[in-house]
Amino acid sequence: MDVSQYLEIFIDETREHLQSLNEQILVLEREPENVDTINEIFRAAHSLKGMAGTMGYKRMQRLTHDMENVFSEIRNGKMKASPKLVDVLFKGLDALEQYLDVIVNSGDEGTEDNEDIINALNEILQEGLGGGAAEPAPAPAAPAAPVAAATATAAAGENGVKPYTLAEHEKSAISKALSEKMNAYAMTVYIQESCILKAARAFLVFKALEDLGTVIHSEPSVQDIEDERFEFDFTVVLLTDKDAETAKKKVENVSEIKMACVETIKPEDVAQAVAEEKKETVEAAAAVQKEAPAQANNTAAAPQKTSGKPVVNRSVRVDIDKLDDLMNLVSELIIAKNGLVSINTAEVTGLRESGFNEQIEYLERITTNLHQSVMKTRMVPIENVVSRFPRMIRDISKKLNKKMELYMSGEETELDRTVIDEIGDPLMHMLRNAADHGLESNEERIKAGKPEVGSIFLNAYQDGNNVVIEVRDDGKGVDVEKVKKKAVEKGAITAEQAATMSDKEAVDLLFRPSFSTAEQVSDLSGRGVGLDVVKSKIEALGGDVEAKTVLGEGTTFIVRLPLTLAIIQALMVEIGQEKYAIPLGSIQTIEDVMPEDIKYVQTKEVIHLRGNVIPLIRLRKVLDIPEDDFAPDSLTVVIVAKGDRLAGLVIDNLIGQQEIVIKSIGKYISNNKMIGGATILGDGEVALILDANAIV
Amino acid sequence: MTETVSSKEAKQYIVVKLGNEQYGIDIQYVDNIVRMQKITRVPKAQDYFNGVINLRGEIVPVMSLRVKFELEKDEYTNKTRILILKFEQQAAVGVIVDEVREVVTLDSDNIEKVSYNPNDEKTLYLSGIGKHNDNLISLLNIEGIIVEKEKEA
Repeated sequence: MDVSQYLEIFIDETREHLQSLNEQILVLEREPENVDTINEIFRAAHSLKGMAGTMGYKRMQRLTHDMENVFSEIRNGKMKASPKLVDVLFKGLDALEQYLDVIVNSGDEGTEDNEDIINALNEILQEGLGGGAAEPAPAPAAPAAPVAAATATAAAGENGVKPYTLAEHEKSAISKALSEKMNAYAMTVYIQESCILKAARAFLVFKALEDLGTVIHSEPSVQDIEDERFEFDFTVVLLTDKDAETAKKKVENVSEIKMACVETIKPEDVAQAVAEEKKETVEAAAAVQKEAPAQANNTAAAPQKTSGKPVVNRSVRVDIDKLDDLMNLVSELIIAKNGLVSINTAEVTGLRESGFNEQIEYLERITTNLHQSVMKTRMVPIENVVSRFPRMIRDISKKLNKKMELYMSGEETELDRTVIDEIGDPLMHMLRNAADHGLESNEERIKAGKPEVGSIFLNAYQDGNNVVIEVRDDGKGVDVEKVKKKAVEKGAITAEQAATMSDKEAVDLLFRPSFSTAEQVSDLSGRGVGLDVVKSKIEALGGDVEAKTVLGEGTTFIVRLPLTLAIIQALMVEIGQEKYAIPLGSIQTIEDVMPEDIKYVQTKEVIHLRGNVIPLIRLRKVLDIPEDDFAPDSLTVVIVAKGDRLAGLVIDNLIGQQEIVIKSIGKYISNNKMIGGATILGDGEVALILDANAIV
Repeated sequence: MTETVSSKEAKQYIVVKLGNEQYGIDIQYVDNIVRMQKITRVPKAQDYFNGVINLRGEIVPVMSLRVKFELEKDEYTNKTRILILKFEQQAAVGVIVDEVREVVTLDSDNIEKVSYNPNDEKTLYLSGIGKHNDNLISLLNIEGIIVEKEKEA
């Protein structure tokens, strides 16, 4: 079956399930007894397994299968969610995510088997159930739950009997049968890979075997085999009074069976199984360690092979209501067009004029609505990125051995899809910073009279045309003096500069490249490739970031992002013969300034406005526009803000406010960042967009 | 067999005039030829970039080959055209030429390689000299002309 057409859906849904698993397991860690959570987890794991199986991702299916086994036992109340188990489960989720990434990039799940995780899962299963396996769950009740109590193994691989697991009652059944002079065989049946109706063939095999004796165990379970939830082989344990050859022949007589491998189960096997299994896990662990370097090489080589375009297009899920809205607007658009056509054919000229204007107004209303609706379909709640952070903080907390809690608010705040895609990494960086550098160790916190558990806050909210995301911690704050000292040491600033520097300027030093104040470089942060990357990334998105800190009380990073990238409100201005657009978001006020009000500070022009001293920037000079002789009575000054810094841009004429579409001016033309892009005006002319942040 | 080989090596060039010289531009890079239109100046850009134009809703930067080749300044006439070149997907560049003349097919026998002189950056701009009906055509190396930003900076 060609499943590639479902790949996108698969990837989307798998992401969702993984995310929900991550969240639910976090809950489970806190409330191990929560039945709803456990059910939810089980459902998600089960659908994951089913989906991976349908798509033919065997490794992924295998891992989810083993995870599901564990969940199933927890659900049945046979096991508790121990911290160790949760750790392994998270590792498993990470591994699944890796599979998914590989699938996105290449369409194939890759070759990583993640044996160590599977082994760890099975080990926990056995530990958890070891004592209480007296009453094994009947197979139909928990279809995908082979009850592990003992493992009997044979040479694994294509041509042998695959490893299988027997429950306590099955072992006793075998011992009993053996004592009654019956034979016990373990048999692995291989079905031809071209076989289409695997389940039907398997059914025939079972039927053939039932003629000979009793099948007491099968792996996967009978239920799974009936549902075709197995690969091209399955293993059964057969009790019979016939010999092995007969059984083998009988099975191989079923058509489309490649072969059957039979192994006799001896009484010792059943007895020694426990001991053997221990030995085997040790060996497996050793093997995994040996494999590790080899795997590392593999993964290093793999990206080169798979580099290139991801096989899957990026997609957005759109609420059906939003689509209906769009549909409605488009039909209205057509009606408006028809209206125009009919007016054009109207005979009376006077009627034509007035009807024309009416239709134009109507059209304008529709296009505005259309624009808003289309923008809405591009908007994605920020939840999509932040929902993985609780898990990350938990991992960091374990790693650093610091107690901390993440509080999030405003996850429903919406941002443009392009911004959402890019903002994840910078936010993660800032959270890590907060966890690693911001928060003190538990002892220090107690000493400082703070609650032992550190808090990190992630708040998002909309503020006008911007979305603000705050990352706040209640840690030790930034030691401004230390930052200055460090900056001087590194030669970033001189000692004199340091002395006259305000605290705010000093904090801004943190955003300079290769600047880290952490005394110790940890693998989380401290390598000095942090905040500068965060800053440049956010600025590339048209936003900005600032830091506020109070020594001993904590640090806040404030990220401001434009609501949407593609279309903005802008003020059109004229300078000389040229037209420029200034984004409305950065404009504070527009002032008329008399030439005599201009003061000079250090030979720079400033104005004094309502208690603020604001530097004047002559755009004519900055933009290399030739001066003309005309000296106006007063200057028109647009006051723009970057963070809490203000500047006045001197322009010639105001044209007015306009909604503009931002276009890139291409990568070949260089422009020292002052130009944020270009837009096309109503008459087809190109106007450049000034980036106030770069000018101020 | 020999025929297929020689036809494979033949390339089509658009011949343009710049001052007194004729230049050939590999036709596979030419997306479009448009008339001269209003160019919006971009402040602080490289001097050979005249600015940007609106090409059916897309913003395309336009460079002056004359400035780039250190010839005298452009004089816009009725014959002046902007050739829109697409060297990479989604990154078009326009070049201003005095006149677009014709399309010629040159096979490799009629193209002479130019020796690369590291001291003369301008040899980077040429990929060869084409001979066509007694005319010499300087074949432009589009990549060398467009992708040069890093060095300038």
